[in-house]
Amino acid sequence: MTTTLAPAVPQQQAPPAAEDLAALARRHGLSVSGARPSLPVYVRELWSRRDFITAFATARLTSQFSQARLGQVWQVMTPLLNAAVYYLIFGIVMNAKNGVPDYVPFLITGIFVWTFTANTVQAGTRAISGNLGLVRALHFPRASLPISLAFQQLQQLLFSLAALVVMLACFGEFPTWSWLLAVPALFLQSLFSTGVALVLARLAARTPDISQLMPFVLRTWMYASGAMFSIQNLAGSGRFPEAVVIALQYNPAALYIDLMRFALIRSFTAAQLPPHVWALAAGWAVLAFAGGFIWFWKAEETYGRG
Amino acid sequence: MAEPTRTPTVVADGVHITYTVHGGRPGGRGAATAALGRMLHRRKAPAGREVHAVKGVSFVAYRGEAIGLIGSNGSGKSSLLKAVAGVQPVDRGRIYTHGQPSLLGVNAALMSDLTGERNVILGGLAMGMSRTEIRERYDGIVDFSGINEKDDAISRPMRTYSSGMGARLRFSIAAAKSHDVLLIDEALSTGDARFRRRSQQRIDELRAEAGTVFLVSHSNSTITETCERALWLEAGTLLMDGPAKEVVAAYEEFTAKPGPKKPNQRDIAV
Repeated sequence: MTTTLAPAVPQQQAPPAAEDLAALARRHGLSVSGARPSLPVYVRELWSRRDFITAFATARLTSQFSQARLGQVWQVMTPLLNAAVYYLIFGIVMNAKNGVPDYVPFLITGIFVWTFTANTVQAGTRAISGNLGLVRALHFPRASLPISLAFQQLQQLLFSLAALVVMLACFGEFPTWSWLLAVPALFLQSLFSTGVALVLARLAARTPDISQLMPFVLRTWMYASGAMFSIQNLAGSGRFPEAVVIALQYNPAALYIDLMRFALIRSFTAAQLPPHVWALAAGWAVLAFAGGFIWFWKAEETYGRG
Repeated sequence: MAEPTRTPTVVADGVHITYTVHGGRPGGRGAATAALGRMLHRRKAPAGREVHAVKGVSFVAYRGEAIGLIGSNGSGKSSLLKAVAGVQPVDRGRIYTHGQPSLLGVNAALMSDLTGERNVILGGLAMGMSRTEIRERYDGIVDFSGINEKDDAISRPMRTYSSGMGARLRFSIAAAKSHDVLLIDEALSTGDARFRRRSQQRIDELRAEAGTVFLVSHSNSTITETCERALWLEAGTLLMDGPAKEVVAAYEEFTAKPGPKKPNQRDIAV
């Protein structure tokens, strides 16, 4: 867009005085266009868009593999192949145990669960800045976008979990009642990840560079969350001060990974979970989601600029 | 020219719109070599350039009016329209509207990898229709687009459509909803003659349903045929506001004038 044109024709009609227009608008009960709605109204608007949120997520998920010959088979193939690679490297080539019984199930669960949070957060950074066309064309609560992208990642995780069940069966882990604990764990993790995604969506809408920086932050976070090793064993080694180990253990990603392992792997017992784990997992989830949602809503009217 | 008895539907009060452009393109994307080039050559350039697209525009639109927006490329027509729709934040000034104005456009919500069928549903949901509403209007949308006349194109991915077919389906989806204030940005230039006639008809229907219609177009005849009033924007300023025929005549005289200002030369040179 260029603004270098100099108007060559003199102004023909002076605009009416500003006070008149505002008064005119008030008199006829017009509302300010693009103003931010109050929080309850915003939540209501968002709820009325729930069909769009789910349809947008599913549409993005299916369009991902639509050009591939095998099509939607890749939804399950990709995590299965991922798991196979981890099994090959860590289970056979390196025969790594890291002092963990059932290391390969431990590792794959950790990676899949972590990938969900990481992808949701990464998608959050592109939720607004990657959908500017949509934001600038249609009127809808902008929180629909990060929430929809988070929902897409959740659907993807469900495919990964199907692959995980196959892998676990290969290692002699079969469904038990404790697997039901995966549902609340996953729910809390989804809330938490969506909250973080909302925060990053607002930040990256102003500063798109954040999405370039996120992979490094996320990789550091992954190593700090014990996706590939046991933080418990780290504590036993005595190489790190206790405060550091506690901080690692109680970081939300580590909590959700451990809860999932606790639900799915028999040799991962309650003794390996830090105390008050469910309360803390719920606390992080509520804090991140409520905080992220309100923080995102506060800039609602500015999305689409720049 | 405003009679006191008429009801205003859109009031623009000294509207300014600016864009901040990062590195030439929003989102900071671009080839790595281009980024390197920028680092080498334009190190002193500020991180974000400001583009002042609309500079203090005021007008009042009334119920039952069809208003054309004319002006050269980059004069701020689309930005102004988006601000009225509430999707482009205003820097200074205010825009007051009756109800929620809507842009006639749904392109950004559609995905070329999905079938036409799924895009009708997705586009409808994106515009704020409910699933039941879409189910009711689905056949109407497909029939209107006419893309199913030869084969079952609606079940194919949209990327396999010809550009005309895609444009027709997009228009059909967008025009399926009725609005209080309808904003149309160059929608009429798509499709073949028959479809254009049909869409013109649909626009007239929408106009009858909607309180007010805004139309951006580079076709002067479209403006004079569809609108009775026109706003002429140039370089972000409102140059003229009046009966469509007079404004278009003045604009034609302005564009016919050969002069030092050739808007396109700069763009081509880059």
